Order: sequence, then structure tokens, then C-alpha cells
Amino acid sequence: MASDTLATTPRSDAEISGLDALEIAGQEKATTRASRIWAATWPKVAALALAIGLWQVVVWAGWKPSYSLPGPVTVGEELLRQIRGPQLWDGLVTTLRRAAVGYVFSVAVGLLVGLAVARFRVLRAAIGSMITALQTMPSIAWFPLAILLFELSEKAIFFVVVLGAAPSIANGVITGVDYVPPLLVRAGRNLGARGLNLYRYVVAPAALPAIVAGLKQGWAFSWRSLMAGELIVVGISQTSLGAQLTYSRELSDAPWLLSTMIVILVVGLLVDAAFGAADKAIRRRWGVLDQAGN
Amino acid sequence: MTSTTTTPRSATGQVALRGVTKVYGRGEHAVLALDGVSLDVVPGEFVCLVGASGCGKSTLLNLVAGLDRASGGQIDVGEGVNPGLMFQESALFPWLTVEGNVEVPLKLRGLSRAARRERVAELLRTVHLADFGRKRPHELSGGMRQRVALARTLALDTPVLLMDEPFGALDAMTRDILHDELERIWSERKLTVLFVTHNVREAARLADRIILLSSRPGRIIYSTEVDVPRPRRIDSPEIAAIAAEVTDRLRTEVGRHGQ
Repeated sequence: MASDTLATTPRSDAEISGLDALEIAGQEKATTRASRIWAATWPKVAALALAIGLWQVVVWAGWKPSYSLPGPVTVGEELLRQIRGPQLWDGLVTTLRRAAVGYVFSVAVGLLVGLAVARFRVLRAAIGSMITALQTMPSIAWFPLAILLFELSEKAIFFVVVLGAAPSIANGVITGVDYVPPLLVRAGRNLGARGLNLYRYVVAPAALPAIVAGLKQGWAFSWRSLMAGELIVVGISQTSLGAQLTYSRELSDAPWLLSTMIVILVVGLLVDAAFGAADKAIRRRWGVLDQAGN
Repeated sequence: MTSTTTTPRSATGQVALRGVTKVYGRGEHAVLALDGVSLDVVPGEFVCLVGASGCGKSTLLNLVAGLDRASGGQIDVGEGVNPGLMFQESALFPWLTVEGNVEVPLKLRGLSRAARRERVAELLRTVHLADFGRKRPHELSGGMRQRVALARTLALDTPVLLMDEPFGALDAMTRDILHDELERIWSERKLTVLFVTHNVREAARLADRIILLSSRPGRIIYSTEVDVPRPRRIDSPEIAAIAAEVTDRLRTEVGRHGQ
């Protein structure tokens, strides 16, 4: 019976902290920031150099005439010229604005639909598999319908971008909520988190890694849909990156075409890297990052 | 004890079960997990529930914690009391630091930021983890994680602690330390503890009273007071003698299912 406080402490504090220190020893990593950055960077630089070298070799081999496949130097010069001029930046601004508007809207739709489907069993039975079906639909196949509905307009592009991205994001949310460990939910409920608080304190943070994965995949889909849209829906007054690709092909300006492609690739890579960094930061906090830091 | 501790004195910590029954499933597939369990735990008592697999130990704790609803009978934990529950796994939130985890119940109860900081520091001192507040759960050992979980549960300021094999996954040395720690905190804070284990020695080491549950369905078949003065040692002859007797009863019960 808990009649009185125990007179003696059977175990010293030193013994407890000594055991703690022994058990968590050897977890600190002794690598510097510079060496980590170098280790992550050099394989990428080497691969890039190799790709450019291969390209140059193909050009030197004379497989195609230089007006259809120019060498890296010619394209590099064109890219520098484009960077100094207004045309590329105008196109980039137009394209990124469309990407941002389409993506933000997709995120809103995806999160809402995903949460609703994860929460309500009837909705899941009704549209759960439809979301996956939508995801498998190649976005370019939506364009004929989009053009019939909205004509050759920004709206047609927007429509296809959202249809491309929102299902991936919704699926990420559904997966995330489904795989929240039941034990954490029970713990949360016991700690007093009910209703909305349970979502705020337990479900949402536990589902975050899967949601970020869905957001990343959604971005990839929306970027592809946008490029397809800009190639098809040309001539609506603005010179987007996709429109510049079309024009450069019509003008047989291969250096312009290739330098535009490089810009599109770089934008895709940068955004992907941002998602990768977010994903990695989350996994590090969750403690699911392996020792090698991958 | 420091003055910041605010275990409510109004809440008594009494737990009363009257003919509690729990059935899982329906019709032919229905399984009777608990069959008419009646139990009175007085405030400040440390009760260990012992039983083989399938005796409904965990089910019983879930019912008392209010995470599940009984099929029959009554459970009374006192007006406004929300018993704290601990599991074999720490169930800490991996996205929060140690401090953040302990803070969750305080946030949910609406304490001010200053009050929360003070309480978190006090609770971490109580479990000897004052220097680890900024760590994340995955950076700690299993025993340390369980102490964080204990601090988080204590942050509920509840007089009733329900523990579901909380030390089952720990090595013997760590478990010994945690027994001492739990005993000290239980005694300091005058808690009522309902502790589930399949380790009979652990039960004899900790309990004021050991209750043996039968398997399929779970019924109380034996109960004994542990009249050994504290502090106790798990390897003392008195504890061993009590453990031996409970083990005998447990073997008889398990053997009943072999025929």
C-alpha cells in the first residue's frame, strides 16, 4: 500500500544516468558538413560531365547534321544568350505562373478529397478506386475533351493540370491516414486528443511523410501535364516555355529548342530537389533515415 | 516533492469493476474475452493482473481507459478521472522531441506556455531525463523511451495509471531500474496502478495485490496480497516464494487448456 514515501532510494541516480549514457553511446556521426556536401555532389557532377561528353561524341561522329543536332558548345552559347534576353524569362514566368496556380489548386482539391475519402467509408467505396483509375489516365488523353470544353485557352491547360495532379495528392493523403499506427491513435486518445484534436496532434503529423510523397508525385504529374498542354494549346498570345519549344521546332532552330529543353529540365530538377529535401528532413526527424544518410 | 506537482486530491483514484463482460464479434464467431470480472482497487493500491495469453488482460485495461466499451457490467473510475495508459511500446510521437511529447497532454488540457514549460521540466526531472528534453525518441534507448512515456502519462495528472506490460520488451537490468523508478513515483504521487504482466516475478516485486486471470474467457481465479515490506528486491527469497505460488496456479490454469 502507498502508505508513505520510501525512506531509501534503492538505486543511485548515477547508476541510472550511467546506463543511459552507455545505451545511447556511439550514435553521433563524426563527418563534417563540407565532406558530406562533397560526397553528395561529385557523383552528380561526374554523371553530368559524362552525359555532355557522350553528346559531344555523338555530334562529332556526324550521326545527324548539325542543324538538327548541334553540339553542347553551340547550345551552351544559345542558352547564355537566352538567359541574357527577355524572351526566356517571359516564357519562364508564364509557365511557372500556370504551374503554381494549377498546382496550388490541385493541392487544395487533393487534400480535401483525400481527407474526405480517408474519413468516410461510403466515399471510399464510391470513389476510392476511381481516384486510382484517374491516376493511371495519361494526362495528354484529357486534352481533346479539355479543348472541346474550354477551347484553346488557359482554362483547358488548368483543367488537365488539376486532373493530373489532384489524384496523386489525394492518394498520398489516403495512404498516409490509412497507415497511421493504431497504437499512436490509442495513445493520442488516451492523452485527451479527441475529434479534430486527434487529427491535429496525431493523424496529420503521422501521415505527413506519405502526404509529402503524394505532393511530390502530384508535382511531377502537374509539370508533365503543363508541358503537354503548352505544346498542344499554342498561340494563345503568350510565349510560354512549351510554346517556345513549338516555335523553335517550326523555325528549325535546334539550339533554341535544346536550350529551352534544358531550362525545362532544370526547373523540374530544382522543384524535385526541394521536395527531396523536405522528405529527407521529415525522415530524419522521424528517425527512419538510415546511418548512411540516404 | 516539488511544489509544482499538482496531483488532484479531489480525484480519489478508486477503480471499481462490477461483472464486466466483453464479447468480440457476433453470432457463431463471437469470442467471450472477459466474463463477469469484478474488482475493487482502493486509492493508492498497486494491483498486478497476471495471466497467460488470451486472458483479456489488455482488453480489461482498454475498457478501464475508456478506449473500448464493455459488453456488460459497470466500470467506475470516479467522476472526471481519465486514467493514463502505457503500452509495451512507448507509443511516443516520433515527430516530436522528448519535451514535445510530454507537452502534448498539457497542451490538450489548455495550460499556458509558461506553465507547460515548468511542468515538462519537473516531469523530466522525475524520470531522470532532464538532460534529454531536446532529443528525439529514436535517439533514446528502450528504457529511456518508456520513462518518457511515463512522464507523458503523468502529465495527465491522473490518479489512476494503467500499464500494459510496459517493461516487457526491456532487458533485466533496465527493467530492475524501472521497477525502482515506478515504485518511487507511485509512492510519491499516491497513484493507483493497474499493471498487466505475464512476468510473475515482476508482479510479486511490484504489487500490493496480485490477481490471476483465467484464459478464454478471462475470469478472476485467484488473488493474493503481497505482504513484503518495501523497498523490495526482485531476487529476494520472499518475492521468489510468492512468485512460485502464483506460477503454480498459473500452470494449473494453462494445463486446463491442454486437455
